[in-house]
Amino acid sequence: MSAAVPTVPHSGTLGAGLVVRAWARRYLPPAVVALAGVVLWELLTAGPGRRVIPAPSAIVVAAIQDYGLLGRSAQATFTEAFGGLVIGTVGGVAVAFASARWVTARNVLLPVAIGSSAIPIIAVAPILNNWFGVLNPVSKMMMAALLVFFPVLINVTRGLVEVSPSALELMRSYASNEVHVLRKVRVPNMLPFFFTALKVATTLSFIGALVGEYFGGTSEVLGRVVLQSMSSGSFPLAWAGILLGAMGAIVGYVAVSFIERLAIPWHAAIRLDEA
Amino acid sequence: MTVDRTRRKRFLGIAAFLAAFAVVWEGVKWVAGDPWRLTGIGYEHHPPFRIIQFSDRHLPHLWDIAAAFVKPFQRNADYSLGRYLLDQALYTWQEAIIGFVAGAIIGIILASVFVHSGILERAFVPYVVASQTIPIVALAPLIVVSFGSGLTSVVIIATYLTFFPVTIAVMRGLRSPDPRAVELMRSFAASRWDIYRKVRLPASVPYLFSALKIAAAASVVGTIIGEGPGGVPHGLGRAILTFNQQYITGPEKLWATILVAASVGIAFFVLVRVAEVLTMRRRGIALP
Amino acid sequence: MSRETTGTAVTATSSPEQRSPKIAVDLRAVEMRFELPGGGTTVALQDIDLRIGAGEFVSIIGPSGCGKSTLLRIVGDLIRPTSGTVEVNGKGAHQARLDRDYGMVFQAPVLFDWRTVAANVRLPLEILGLDQRERERRVAEMLELVELSGFLNHYPYQLSGGMQQRVAIARALSLQPALLLMDEPFGALDEMTRERLNAEVLRIWRQTGTTVIFVTHSIPEAVFLSTRVAVMSPRPGRIIDVVEVDLPQPRNESTRESERYFELVTDVRESLRGRRQRASNERLKTEGPAG
Repeated sequence: MSAAVPTVPHSGTLGAGLVVRAWARRYLPPAVVALAGVVLWELLTAGPGRRVIPAPSAIVVAAIQDYGLLGRSAQATFTEAFGGLVIGTVGGVAVAFASARWVTARNVLLPVAIGSSAIPIIAVAPILNNWFGVLNPVSKMMMAALLVFFPVLINVTRGLVEVSPSALELMRSYASNEVHVLRKVRVPNMLPFFFTALKVATTLSFIGALVGEYFGGTSEVLGRVVLQSMSSGSFPLAWAGILLGAMGAIVGYVAVSFIERLAIPWHAAIRLDEA
Repeated sequence: MTVDRTRRKRFLGIAAFLAAFAVVWEGVKWVAGDPWRLTGIGYEHHPPFRIIQFSDRHLPHLWDIAAAFVKPFQRNADYSLGRYLLDQALYTWQEAIIGFVAGAIIGIILASVFVHSGILERAFVPYVVASQTIPIVALAPLIVVSFGSGLTSVVIIATYLTFFPVTIAVMRGLRSPDPRAVELMRSFAASRWDIYRKVRLPASVPYLFSALKIAAAASVVGTIIGEGPGGVPHGLGRAILTFNQQYITGPEKLWATILVAASVGIAFFVLVRVAEVLTMRRRGIALP
Repeated sequence: MSRETTGTAVTATSSPEQRSPKIAVDLRAVEMRFELPGGGTTVALQDIDLRIGAGEFVSIIGPSGCGKSTLLRIVGDLIRPTSGTVEVNGKGAHQARLDRDYGMVFQAPVLFDWRTVAANVRLPLEILGLDQRERERRVAEMLELVELSGFLNHYPYQLSGGMQQRVAIARALSLQPALLLMDEPFGALDEMTRERLNAEVLRIWRQTGTTVIFVTHSIPEAVFLSTRVAVMSPRPGRIIDVVEVDLPQPRNESTRESERYFELVTDVRESLRGRRQRASNERLKTEGPAG
């Protein structure tokens, strides 16, 4: 267990300077890099003519011009990613509980799940498009779900199973049964693992949705918008689409981090301690 | 358990898994697929249920897929599907490996720089971390278009996908040595470079390898996506697109391609694992 | 760094619910053998005979590996002995565990990171199925007993090691057991905290009247806390001596400076070194406290 953290009393005016300085130290360098990066990009690519890597300003202009298409496409793609995330997570958690309960199941499923991380699962995207209909968003959801399933399964199983032996001994000293142990020890223990997996899963769900779209889909999804504008030479729009997809993934990640803070506040604090 | 017995156990485990996989595959077709008509041995079977995803069109029999390997890869073609896929697989493999190695080297260098320079770390590492949340793989087609549909762009994708996890892992590894070991070195008036070479770098090796295993899979995926939707005229990605178009007439070819892609991923993983074992063995660390 | 509150006098408002029989723990001919991975067996405990009366404070002391922790776990029915009988409160050890007749404190606090201090203390009461009001009442009472009432809603990571152990003690006592088993609970703490917690344990013992079995490898601690000290030999562990500690109660800092204290510490030390050979073996089988 970590030792006590002496909490710093709330800073007065003298402390305020320290806080601001710490904040600046942490956030200023990356902010400078971001700004410099965008400016440099703009300078290198601005000017007339069609470029494969357009200027940021051109991208913004294209986004505003086609905001209707982009908006609808983004909504469609985000829905696919979210749907896949939910399906994959529910499936992963369910199977994880089963594999925590039955050792034989675990010995079969866990190596499979770990082994699957070496395989480019994404390659079955065209198969899924054929199975569920290439124009059907469900095919993309299934791709996302498949990618999400395995990390969730692995992490949740680990969280349920890797409980300290002392804690189990403590529970035995209370003559508790398996249900008690599950509810009071295994499930809370598993939550940090679950959120770690969920964060990875949000990114994977977007990969699944977008790549599924690359292999075919309706014309109003981000993946198709990107490919179609690429082939017709409107690169600013293509980049706008891709950046929108990337932003969706980041927003998802931030949302999960936020929920994690609410659900397991104690864990974030411990991690800060150990940092 | 001796090493031999563990190896045999693992081999049996894999064999058992493959057998189980085949049984499940054909099993679901037996229960809910299309009617079975094996004229060769005169076997007929009508499954009690019907799930369209398990039909012969969507889930071909394993033996049909196997048979497709020896048939010509398209009408009037000279060589078999197996040969064609092998060629494409080698192409993909090449791109992935070059990108992977480049990414690993860049990652190690960047990690070393960041560990020794606080300001650079604070400026750039947030982006390294943030980039892991971005579906970079989805950027692949764009990169291919930006840099031309040749070896270069796909290699760039694989490099990009590798250096992010490697940088973060190696940074952690370089910082992992016991501070007391570092203190000891400094008491010998060792320079920062000495400490880096003799203490930090060796300590980072396990972390490097765990990142490499992730990066290996990511490289293969990035390469395939770059080839396919990115429009490169070779490689397994291209093959997937081609056979996707021919799905109606021959779904087995698409499945065959996917199996080959999976094998490439596994081969890559095994390669990294072998490298890991050899490296660790030289350091005298026994691995499970 | 410590934020422990200063001690305030607290009186316990409850007493052990069960009427404990005169003999709290009865061990007869207990033996424990373990199978070795390469084959063969090793004897951890041999021929253990010990009777502990209700309300006693008995320390078990011995060198590392002598099996004292194993012995404690046998009393707690966390390990089954290979042979011999164990009776706790007049029942078999297994039944005693199912009836939750004892509380246990381990060397590590084993608190749940995700529960507040209050929730941690509440844990056994939830398993027991008490209703919420009773649970809250007992939690408040126990935290008052260990003088951590102000830390109800803190998380374990916010507490020092000594405070965490006090929470663990509060949790062990929340079931109001007749018997308290403690396995080197202060081993991981520094000397000063340890001495302070020794005084706390004695205070709690006096207030609640619980029987305590305390495993330690610190001779001063054993003598300071106990009414009797059982000395064990190295593996295979046997009880080679039992030292009566006739220091007056209540014990405090001046006790640690008394001559009798030093004599007893020396006695125990000599026993551990195997130099005090008791004339007759009858001394090993005690029938309870002298008074």
